Amino acid sequence: MKTRNDTYLKDLPEGFLHRRDFLRLMGASIALAGLSGCGLRQPVEQIVPYVSGPEDRTEGAPLFYATATTHGGYALGTLVESHEFRPTKVEGNPLHPASLGASDIFSQASVLTLYDPDRSNNVLYQGQIDTYENFLIDLRRKRGNQQTKNGSGLRILTENITSPTLASQIEGLLKDFPAAGWHQYEPVNRDNERDGSMLAFGEAVETIYRFDQADVILLLDADPFADGPGRVRYARDFSKKRRVRKGIDSGMNRLYAVESSPTVTGSMADHRLAVRSADIEGLAGRLLLELTGNSSLPTSAPETKISEFIGLVGRDLIRNRGSSLVIAGRSQPASVHAIAHSLNALLGNVGNTVIYTEPVLANTVNNVESLRSLVADINAGKVEMLAIVGGNPAYDAPSDFFFSESLSNVAWTSHLSLYEDETSARCSWHIPLAHELESWGDARCFDGTASIIQPLIAPLYDGRSPHEFLAAFTENYVATGYEIVRGYWKTQNQDANSNNARDTNSKTDRSSKLPDSRANSAKAADGFEEGWQASLRNGLVANTAFQTKTVSVKADLWGQYLPPPAADPGSIEINFRPDPSIYDGRYSNNAWLQELPKPLTKLTWDNAVLMSPNLALQLGVNQEVGSTGGSHGTSIVEIVELKFDGKTVRAPVFAVRGHADESVTIHLGYGRTNAGEAGSGPGFNAYALRSSGAMWSASGLEITKTGETFSLACTQAHHSMEGRELVRHASLKEYKRDPTFAKREADDPAKQISLYPGWTYEGHAWAMSIDTSICNGCSACVVACQAENNIPVVGKEEVLRAREMHWIRVDTYFEDNAENSRTLHQPVPCQHCENAPCEIVCPVGATTHSAEGLNEMTYNRCVGTRYCSNNCPYKVRRFNFFGYADLETPVAQLQRNPQVTTRSRGVMEKCTYCVQRIQYAKINAETEGRELLDGEIVTACQQACPTEAIVFGDKNDKSSRVAKLKAEPTDYGLLADLNTRPRTTYLATIKNPNEDAQKE
Amino acid sequence: MSSIREPQIFALLAEFDRAEGIIAAANAARAAGFTDLHAYTPFAIEELSQILKTRRRDWIPAIVLAGAILGGLTGFFLQYYAAAISYPVNIGGRPPNSWEVFIPITFELTILGGAMIGALGLFIISGLPQLYHPVFTAPEFRRATQDAFFLSIEASDPNFNETSTQDFLRTLQPVNVIGILDSRTWRRPNIQHEDQN
Amino acid sequence: MQKETNNLGSDPVVEGQHSYDEISRRISDITLVRKTHLMWFAGFGVMFLFVMLLCYAIAKLLFDGIGIWGVNIPVAWGFAIANFVWWIGIGHAGTLISAILLLMNQKWRTSINRFAEAMTLFAVACAGLFPLLHLGRPYYFYWLLPYPNTMVLWPQFRSPLVWDVFAVFTYLAVSVVFWYIGMIPDLATLRDRARSNFTFRIFGILSLGWRGSAEHWHHYERLYLILAGLATPLVVSVHTVVSFDFAVAIVPGWHSTIFPPYFVAGAIFSGFAMVLTLAIPIRAAFRLKDLITMHHLENMAKVLIATGLIILYSYLSEFFFAYYSGDRFERYIVLDRMFGGYAFMYWLLIACNIVAPQLLWFRRLRRNVGFLFVLSLLVNVGMWTERYVIVVTSLHHDFMPSAWGMYSGTWWDYATLAGTVGLFFALMFLFVRLLPVISMAEMRKLIAPPNAKKEEA
Repeated sequence: MKTRNDTYLKDLPEGFLHRRDFLRLMGASIALAGLSGCGLRQPVEQIVPYVSGPEDRTEGAPLFYATATTHGGYALGTLVESHEFRPTKVEGNPLHPASLGASDIFSQASVLTLYDPDRSNNVLYQGQIDTYENFLIDLRRKRGNQQTKNGSGLRILTENITSPTLASQIEGLLKDFPAAGWHQYEPVNRDNERDGSMLAFGEAVETIYRFDQADVILLLDADPFADGPGRVRYARDFSKKRRVRKGIDSGMNRLYAVESSPTVTGSMADHRLAVRSADIEGLAGRLLLELTGNSSLPTSAPETKISEFIGLVGRDLIRNRGSSLVIAGRSQPASVHAIAHSLNALLGNVGNTVIYTEPVLANTVNNVESLRSLVADINAGKVEMLAIVGGNPAYDAPSDFFFSESLSNVAWTSHLSLYEDETSARCSWHIPLAHELESWGDARCFDGTASIIQPLIAPLYDGRSPHEFLAAFTENYVATGYEIVRGYWKTQNQDANSNNARDTNSKTDRSSKLPDSRANSAKAADGFEEGWQASLRNGLVANTAFQTKTVSVKADLWGQYLPPPAADPGSIEINFRPDPSIYDGRYSNNAWLQELPKPLTKLTWDNAVLMSPNLALQLGVNQEVGSTGGSHGTSIVEIVELKFDGKTVRAPVFAVRGHADESVTIHLGYGRTNAGEAGSGPGFNAYALRSSGAMWSASGLEITKTGETFSLACTQAHHSMEGRELVRHASLKEYKRDPTFAKREADDPAKQISLYPGWTYEGHAWAMSIDTSICNGCSACVVACQAENNIPVVGKEEVLRAREMHWIRVDTYFEDNAENSRTLHQPVPCQHCENAPCEIVCPVGATTHSAEGLNEMTYNRCVGTRYCSNNCPYKVRRFNFFGYADLETPVAQLQRNPQVTTRSRGVMEKCTYCVQRIQYAKINAETEGRELLDGEIVTACQQACPTEAIVFGDKNDKSSRVAKLKAEPTDYGLLADLNTRPRTTYLATIKNPNEDAQKE
Repeated sequence: MSSIREPQIFALLAEFDRAEGIIAAANAARAAGFTDLHAYTPFAIEELSQILKTRRRDWIPAIVLAGAILGGLTGFFLQYYAAAISYPVNIGGRPPNSWEVFIPITFELTILGGAMIGALGLFIISGLPQLYHPVFTAPEFRRATQDAFFLSIEASDPNFNETSTQDFLRTLQPVNVIGILDSRTWRRPNIQHEDQN
Repeated sequence: MQKETNNLGSDPVVEGQHSYDEISRRISDITLVRKTHLMWFAGFGVMFLFVMLLCYAIAKLLFDGIGIWGVNIPVAWGFAIANFVWWIGIGHAGTLISAILLLMNQKWRTSINRFAEAMTLFAVACAGLFPLLHLGRPYYFYWLLPYPNTMVLWPQFRSPLVWDVFAVFTYLAVSVVFWYIGMIPDLATLRDRARSNFTFRIFGILSLGWRGSAEHWHHYERLYLILAGLATPLVVSVHTVVSFDFAVAIVPGWHSTIFPPYFVAGAIFSGFAMVLTLAIPIRAAFRLKDLITMHHLENMAKVLIATGLIILYSYLSEFFFAYYSGDRFERYIVLDRMFGGYAFMYWLLIACNIVAPQLLWFRRLRRNVGFLFVLSLLVNVGMWTERYVIVVTSLHHDFMPSAWGMYSGTWWDYATLAGTVGLFFALMFLFVRLLPVISMAEMRKLIAPPNAKKEEA
């Protein structure tokens, strides 16, 4: 079966097109023939479709391939949908421990980067177009010189690496050139984690959290659900203990967050304390001392708010020994990480909610120090050859290193990157990097599990993978990525592979006995082949998760430790954080991420100086809504001048709820100059203020008003519900008192009078249920929807006019109750009302109701009166005021989902419940002559959601998940009192505040 | 094409300068037994249409009513057919025949039908447009649309006699009596006379 | 008769004594004899420039798309719809004057109905542009019409926009017929007073060979009266249907049962204001002060007060229902209008529509032509503002605060509005020059009795 399928794949002629795709692809292929010599083709090597992908290739049916995308070096297992060799959509890999089927905005958006027309497609030498062959020739010559001196002049600069193959390549390289050096740098690095574990355990370890075991969680400036290697998995695990369902009384977990600036994870907190980053160590330290008992300092500390909090958390943590969890964020200094380790040890969490393993990074070094030493060598003139593998240090290195200047002191520099970016511009050689979706590779995820990255398409722009690039420095300089990666895994222990072969889709099977090596070595070869196939099929190499490691906190670590006093309240603190959507700038040119409303701020296309409303008031900077767009669209804000250790930057101010006072946050990654069409320009460059001394936060920021104003494109600036019960919420206590607190009489269709008899829906009745208490606002659903439904990007100008096109949006409201403010997230897709107000007013019947209750848009019939949007109480309809869809750029066409129409100018569009997926599943079921199974149809937003907050299904099927959820007492319809009878309903948000808090 | 034969008298016109004059004259003529009477006035004079009982019956109201009913039925059944028979589809959970919302268009088309067909009726009944009529041959007649009132006795009237009828008309103190020849060629009134009155 | 005319008001309907011939001459000479005044060319020229601007704005719109306007999501309707409703409203006075006042046997309508009807046609023409232009794909406007097609697709008759199509078309058609039929006798007069072969032929054809036969007059009057009877409910229904565009929607601030009467009153209000705006210069320019008398102006002023009060009542009832219904959204919208982002527009409309007309209670002001003219302009502005407030404020802050937004017209929005104003006045200029501004036939009838009596005496 499999082989037939594979040979079939192999035998397809290059550029072969199925009839159905011919017309759609023709234009693109022709243009692409120009871009890369080959036109559209799958990679020459054999790639293997996902285990649960359709085995038989049918015309037009998409195939799924298991691979992985990396972010900050760590892998996220993905399934990539491919239409005739065109990867169009990235999904999570259910078998992969980091994903469990879910994904995040970065992996979702990676497919857009693959087809980015701005990506570098030429080898450059001194800025002139050149050939890879010439590069090799030049490299051989330079390499010759180095060989004579053990490569003392050779340096390699990479980002953080988990790829076993790449690591072994570098090791090999360092064997050939003993005097050479390997440096690693990423602007958003894990130095503090590393140093923290060094401090606590005397060695670097990987810390892995088990949120599904934790009842009480304390975050110290940490954002584990949006940032860091385990983000997707952690969000899922956390949600397991967050669901409140009728009958089931599994204890709901409680989340305490202490943070300077609002984060996705913090927005889930039951108790959230906003303090300056600098004060967090003091808080953590005092907590530690109180729990260890040797609390020398007086309990009544100056700031009562903090000591209250400490008391509250402390008691709760102790109450939940063994099932509590303390997490320090990457922006906190090593000492805070050490404190977190100690607290977890103290509370007996190690082994339960926290486990330690060997570092997943191939070689954990302090990035800043590593780069510092490189710069030192360069300035000392020791460096003759510098190979920069990925990354963009010229842009994002600490400003006090003057890295880009020092680059000019190196005779021979080469830079491998996706774009001709700031660094490429300063290197003698620039080599286009092949995208992960078009090259072979491998990477490990947060728990060490390795995945083979298999290409879905031959390089569009003739790029080279890091493996091939590094191979160029060795004797075997023509080795292909495939040979290198496969070669590496051949050398690895066979048992993993052969086990793998035995049970194709189980990473969990750790217990399987290792066969003794002699017996094994015989069938090693074929064992490997099967294992290799299985690894590709499953998207992970079995049994590569790291074993738990027992480490103990150094004794007398806190002997005479005194927590630092609260920082001087006078001086304002500056915080540097990775941007929620474009991270450290590596995604600058990804328009989906640029236009994605950033969680909590809902800003697009810009970064800003985030500060608390109080501070804004204090500084006298105000913020008003623009006449067009306004509270949804333009926010007219003031530009201030930031002065921090001698450097100044002008930036717009944006006030956000829940930010610590006397503290501002600026996001990295903006102010790019060589990013591409979308990336160059927007925002200001925060790296200009960032120095090796103040990588994450420091005090002593001066802010001066300039009086100038700036327009920020913000898709939601009104964060109060105005007393309208849009997100209904209660505490767990209130819920237990009255589980039906979210029900309203007016919402009940039975009680609503109507002129007409209702319409009855036999057969399927598609419906959706969204649990707002586990939605953390990560917005993966928004990008997933954009990718699935060919939703165009409109650009900042149009967002300013409130014309963004996202079919699903995540509304965020801040509701104050008693002491702390609740942050409520509410994803709003089309509600598919049974009495749809939009349909009645359409003069041409372009939006109608299907027999299965879908509110359907007939784009061809729409004349664009926009009456439907006016009459939509949820405002989920989107209009093509201009021809937003890019129909010119050929390569952009390749990403399009062939099953979804691209909309033209003057046409209304909106969420369809992914009708194409519904039809596809129905057709499959019909051809296989069976009933549709519940869960067989998964909408794009649902599939992406890390917390499984979105559930779709047939509500007429009483056994379906969605039907069960709608039967929950907390189920309610948004604005249902309008008698719209929405098919999308919500489960009310339930928070779990500590009862002690209310007492005080 | 114009014939060479001796032109026949078509009608005799008596001109009056006041509404009262022509009303009185019309009464007198009717009393004298003239049947084929016509009056031409610069504005509507309701009494006249009573006195010289119009030959055709008063059809306008009936025509308008018919048009209105036709329009109304068209209006409703057009919608009913489209929404309930031709292509019924679930619109916002409303039944295909949601007749309540069909009312506005039904009403509008009722009015439209009535007005349009009524207007058509007027033209048909009064034989308009009719760019030629023998009375136009008299230069004086131009003032029928301005300030002159004409009573005409047409030759087709049994009691008509060119001389006696003229004498009769003169007894009604008209401003002037004019004979209209039944010629097929209508001289365009000579505009030089414009200022004589 | 004599008594009746005196009872009509402080002034006679027409001042002084007139003979039939004089009426005919004076009115028809405006068209036939009087040589075009330089001011006419100046005025028409300016308006023509605005028409060119309109063409430019429309071309730009068709090339670049609706995005050049300020509309967005939440506020997907803006200027276009406000302008549409405003123009339709203005278009109501004409038919109202000629039809309803005719039925009420209000003699004073005679001297103003002709150009009031013309005004109606031109206003409706301007109004008709907007529903087409505001479409995302204007070239498919005909999909709103029922016509047999292979796809068996029909308009969606539950949509008020389809009702609009029928209502506006019917209104335009009936108004044209009413206007033309009313003009036939006068066209005949023009034919018979023609001084050149050309004008003679033109008016000859237009008048269809009307010869004022008593029998024709009979049918004519019958039909005219019936048409008036039809036009009266029509005129009410049209703005009712227009108000349904809003009342049928569930948007707070739109979804209100008061809308139909409220809109009709508003229409009459703005319509009469526009008639004043036109009548005052026309009677001055063509020396018709004795035909369009102080009496007419004062009556119209009185209608303004009356309708203005109805509008005030509508506003008050909106507040009351917002309060009484206890509906959170309705209440919010009322407050938002008064104190929200568009408070200025709201108070402007209150000042123009409610406060200003109250001055008409003073007889001296009612009889002050200059004041009336300024006031009529104010009311026109106020009514446009009202449409704007209704359309925009209701949408910009509706149900979901997360989707709240603001709206403001772009340069192109203003250009299009100005363009239609230009179109309207350009057409008016052509009308007063080429067709009889006052119905001569009806004038003659009006002056007949006194004139006759005088001669007897």
